[in-house]
Amino acid sequence: MLLLTCPHCGVTAEETEFAPGGEAHLKRFGPGSDDDAFEAYMFNRKNPMGVHFERWRHAYGCGKWFIAARCTVTLEVFGTYPAQTTEPPAGIVETIKAKRPEWEGYK
Amino acid sequence: MAEAASVLDGARYTGFVTVADAGLRGMITLRGDLASDAVAGAVKDAVGLGVPGQRRVHAHGDRAVAWMSPDELLVMVPYADASEVAGKLAQALAGAFATVANVSDARAVFTLSGAAADDALCKLCPVDFAQLGAGEIRRTRAAQVAVALWRSGEGEVTLVCFRSVAEYVFGLLRNAAAPGGELR
Ligand SMILES: [Zn+2]
Repeated sequence: MLLLTCPHCGVTAEETEFAPGGEAHLKRFGPGSDDDAFEAYMFNRKNPMGVHFERWRHAYGCGKWFIAARCTVTLEVFGTYPAQTTEPPAGIVETIKAKRPEWEGYK
Repeated sequence: MAEAASVLDGARYTGFVTVADAGLRGMITLRGDLASDAVAGAVKDAVGLGVPGQRRVHAHGDRAVAWMSPDELLVMVPYADASEVAGKLAQALAGAFATVANVSDARAVFTLSGAAADDALCKLCPVDFAQLGAGEIRRTRAAQVAVALWRSGEGEVTLVCFRSVAEYVFGLLRNAAAPGGELR
């Protein structure tokens, strides 16, 4: 079971209080983009064994979206941060690098 | 005009904890910039209380203000005063980026009383009740529906849910508080 801390209200709760929202930091390709870019945006998702960034919503709590950096193998959560950002904050990246030196980095 | 009534109309159940419909309560949702002077001033004028910090409840007599999210407050007043207070808040915040809604009739309120209230609730909510202090509001779920709860007195927890699921929640609470289901 995942224990997540909502960065908006500070509550730490188990995952049933939250709703998952899929991969984080997607760049949207909409009207005017080429078919390959749109297809990739629409369908192609990372499925890593290890470090992953996911969107979550504190559905039964404050209702806000946030992003969780976690390990898909051990369920360790490296950190959570508000969703209003296009890439992981430096502090989170540092934490992950310290714990997973083999991690290739975000992207 | 028909008289307003809470959905469970004062229902009460006594198991190892007493679960009671708390009746009608005036509730106003206020959304806006909680750090702004406009919101602080409007709340102070309307109910005489300050804007609570993260997950705090400020209560005084029959009035209370609870922090619901970074941009939302729940203002609680006696049921009969709700529309007047909501009107006051809306007027005070007319120029600000804020919304005020009287949601009194969309909610149901329960009180759980007894030393083992936490034991009944922890069967339903993914909450570490040992960590829930006085003056803190916790929004969570009870089984399958959203609730908000806080310690409203010695050995008493107040729980708020949507009116549409009040029967369901009362059933849950009754079952959780049934004799024979004590945890210790
Ligand atoms: Zn939250």
